[in-house]
Amino acid sequence: MTTQVVDGSAAGAPARGRARRPKGGRGGGSVLARHWYAWAMCAPVVIVTLVLVGYPLVRGVYLSLTDATEANMGRTIGMNVIPSTYEFVGLSNYTAIVTSAEFLSRLGWTVVWTVVCVALHYGIGLGLALMLNRPLRFRSAYRLMLVLPWAVPAFVSAFIWRYLLNGEYGVVNAMLRAVGLPGVSWLDDPLWAKVSVITVNVWLGVPFMMLAILGGLQAIPREQYEAAEVDGATPWDKFRHITLPGLRPVASTVILLGTIWTFNQFPVIYLVTRGGPGGSSEILVTYAYRQAFEGIRNYSGSAAWGVLILALLVILAVGYRRALRRQGEAW
Amino acid sequence: MRRRISAVAAAAALALAVSACGGEDTATQPSAPAGSANAADVSGQVTWWDTSDATNEGPAFQELVKEFQAKYPKITVNYVNVPFADAQNKFKTAAQSGSGAPDVLRAEVGWVAEFASLGYLAPLDGTQALDAPEDFLPSPLGSGKYDGKTYAIPQVTDTLGLLYNKELLKKAGHDAPPKTFEELKQVALDVKSKAGAEGLALNVDAYFLLPFIYGEGGDLLDVNTKKITVASPQSVAGVKVVEDLIKSGAAPKPAIQDSYTNAETAFKEGKAAMIFNGPWSNTSNLDGKAFKDDPDNFGIAPVPAGSAKAGSPTGGHDYAVYAGSKNLDASYLFVKFMASAETQAKVAGKLGLLPARPSAYDLPEAKANDMVARWKEPMAAAVERPWIPEGGQLFQPLLEGYQQMATGENAAEPVLQNVAKAYQGLLKGWSL
Repeated sequence: MTTQVVDGSAAGAPARGRARRPKGGRGGGSVLARHWYAWAMCAPVVIVTLVLVGYPLVRGVYLSLTDATEANMGRTIGMNVIPSTYEFVGLSNYTAIVTSAEFLSRLGWTVVWTVVCVALHYGIGLGLALMLNRPLRFRSAYRLMLVLPWAVPAFVSAFIWRYLLNGEYGVVNAMLRAVGLPGVSWLDDPLWAKVSVITVNVWLGVPFMMLAILGGLQAIPREQYEAAEVDGATPWDKFRHITLPGLRPVASTVILLGTIWTFNQFPVIYLVTRGGPGGSSEILVTYAYRQAFEGIRNYSGSAAWGVLILALLVILAVGYRRALRRQGEAW
Repeated sequence: MRRRISAVAAAAALALAVSACGGEDTATQPSAPAGSANAADVSGQVTWWDTSDATNEGPAFQELVKEFQAKYPKITVNYVNVPFADAQNKFKTAAQSGSGAPDVLRAEVGWVAEFASLGYLAPLDGTQALDAPEDFLPSPLGSGKYDGKTYAIPQVTDTLGLLYNKELLKKAGHDAPPKTFEELKQVALDVKSKAGAEGLALNVDAYFLLPFIYGEGGDLLDVNTKKITVASPQSVAGVKVVEDLIKSGAAPKPAIQDSYTNAETAFKEGKAAMIFNGPWSNTSNLDGKAFKDDPDNFGIAPVPAGSAKAGSPTGGHDYAVYAGSKNLDASYLFVKFMASAETQAKVAGKLGLLPARPSAYDLPEAKANDMVARWKEPMAAAVERPWIPEGGQLFQPLLEGYQQMATGENAAEPVLQNVAKAYQGLLKGWSL
C-alpha cells in the first residue's frame, strides 16, 4: 500500500507544480527558473515513464490500427529476409472484436469476476481488520499469518492451489472424502471452476485490503468513538457512523486499485484453470494473451484488445471519481 | 492524483501486453549458407535447447553431447534443457528479437512449418546437417519440410498406441487388447464390472482425439483441397465415439485440468486398465505401481480401429537450426551427429524412443531395448499430420470443444461446428 502512494505522489508531482503556477501570475521563463529544482527532481521519473509507458502505449495504439502479425512484420534473421507487408486498416480490429460474440461473453464474466472478487476482498478485509484492530493476545502473530498469502508470489500460490484442487488427487477432495462427502470437480466443471478461481483470488487479495483498512482504522481519531460512547451509541451505530465514513478516503482508493488489479488478474486465471474448462473462466486479459501468444502471434489483434481493456478501465476510473466527487469526496 | 496511479497502472498493464512486439529491421542482403566446410576445422560454440524430460531423458542426451565433443574437440556444446511446454514461445520470442536464441533447437514436428514460415530456421538442403536423406521414414522427414525446402532433421518419431494393463484385462475375461472401438468399449465396461478398476483413462487433449477422428475416416483438414474437414460426418462420428465412451461409463469422467497427469497416474497405479499414450511414457509407466515389479504386465497395442481404419497421429521431434546462429557450420555438424543412425539407435536403446531412420532399427543398440520392437506395430498406423504454419493453432479450439464435451456442456456435433468456425478464422482461403 505505502509504496503505491509514494509512487503516486512522485508521478503526480509535476501536475501539482503546474497547477500552482497560474496563481503566481508570472511569465514562463521565471517559473522555470524559480522551480528548476522541482523540475530536475521529477525529470528522471518523467523520462522513465515516457520510455517505459509512453512509447509502448503509442506503439500499441498504432499497431492496433494495422493488420500486423508475426508473419508480416519485416525482419532479417541470418539468411532469411522477410519484407514488411502489414498495412493500416483503421478501426477494423476494434469492430471485429466488439461485434464478436466472444467479446460480450468474456466481458460479462470479467465484470462478474471483478465485482465479486473486490466485494469479497473488501468485506473480508474489513472484517479481519476490525478484529485485529482491538487488543488481542498474539495480535502480531495473527497479522503476520494473514499477510502471508500476499508475501508469496501469486504464480506460486496459483500453482499450489491448482494441485490442492485437483479433482482426483487433490488435498481438498481427499479431506472431503475422508469425512464421507463426495469430492467436487473444483476445476473441471464450468461453475465450480469459476468458484475456484474467485476463491483463490480472494485468498490472494484479502491481505492487501486488510492491511490498507487497518491503516485507515488507526487513522480514525479515538475522540470520535469516546464522544459516541458518551452519547450512548451502540457498537453498530459506531461502526455505521464513525468507522465506515472514517475509512472512506482509504476505501475509495483501495477499491479502485483492487478493481483494476482484479480486472487484469492474469496469473490466477491462467495458472489455475488456463481459462477452462471450455473457455468458461477466461477473462479479457487471458483471452488477449492467447491472441498474442498462440501460434503465429497476432500483434494487431492483441494490441486492439489491450487498448480496449485500457479504455474500459479508464472509463471506469473516471466514472468512479465523478461518483465520489458528487458525494463530496475531495479526491 | 490517485487517478493518475490508475492510469499508470492500466497503461503499464497494456504496455506489458503490447511491448512484446519488436521493431522492424531494415532488410540487408543475406549471405548464402556455407555449404560444406571441412568438418575437422570447424570450431565454435553451439547452444542446444533440448526439450526432453529433464530427469528421465535429459541425461541420455547429455551423454551424447559429450560423445560429440570428444569427436569434435574444437566445438563446445552448451546444453540447455528447456521445459517442453515453454519452449515454443520462448524460442519464438528469442528468435524474433535476435538475442538469446539457441543455435540448435529440438522442435516438435508440429512447430517446424510455423517457425520456417516466419523465417526463424536455416534451410538445411545442401548442408552437412542433411545427411543420408533417403534413410528417413517419410512422415517424419515430411514434418521438417516447408515450401519445398528442408528446415529440420528428424530426431525421433512417435505415435499414440493403446497401452493396457494385461492383468486387469485378463481379470475382465479378455486375453487380447481391443481391436475396434466397439471392442474397446466392451473391454472397458467388462474391466469396470469384473476387475474392480476403471476401463479407459481419457486425457482431455485435442491431440488425443485424433485416433478416434482418423479411425472413422475423418481429419482436421484436407491440405490438398484446402478444405476444413473437422466438422465432416466422419470426424463427428469419431468424436461421438469418445462422447459415448464417457456417457456409458467405459471411460470415467476425465479431469480437465492436469488431464494428462491424472490419466497417466490412474493407469500407472493400476486404477485404470487402458490409456492412449505414446512411447515417451514408457519409462514413466514402467516406474508405476502397476508395472514396476512386473514389466510384462505392460501391454502395447495399436490404437483400435473405427469403421474406416486404425490411425494415430505422427508425432516426434526434429533438430532445427536457428537462422540467426553465429555458428552455422558447427550447428550443422552437431545436427548431423545427433540425427545419425548410430545416435538414434543409442537414444532408442536407452530411452525406448523410436528412431526416425529405418536403418537405426537394425543396429544392436536399438535392438537391445524391446520397447522399440514392441512399438513397431502401433507405428504402422501412424497418419501424417498437416504440416502447415497454422498447425500449432489448430489444437486450442478443439481442446476447448473437447472440454465442453467432457463436462457435458455441449454435444459432439455442435462442438465440432464451432471448431470449424474457429478454423475458418485462422485459415484464410480455406473452404468448409
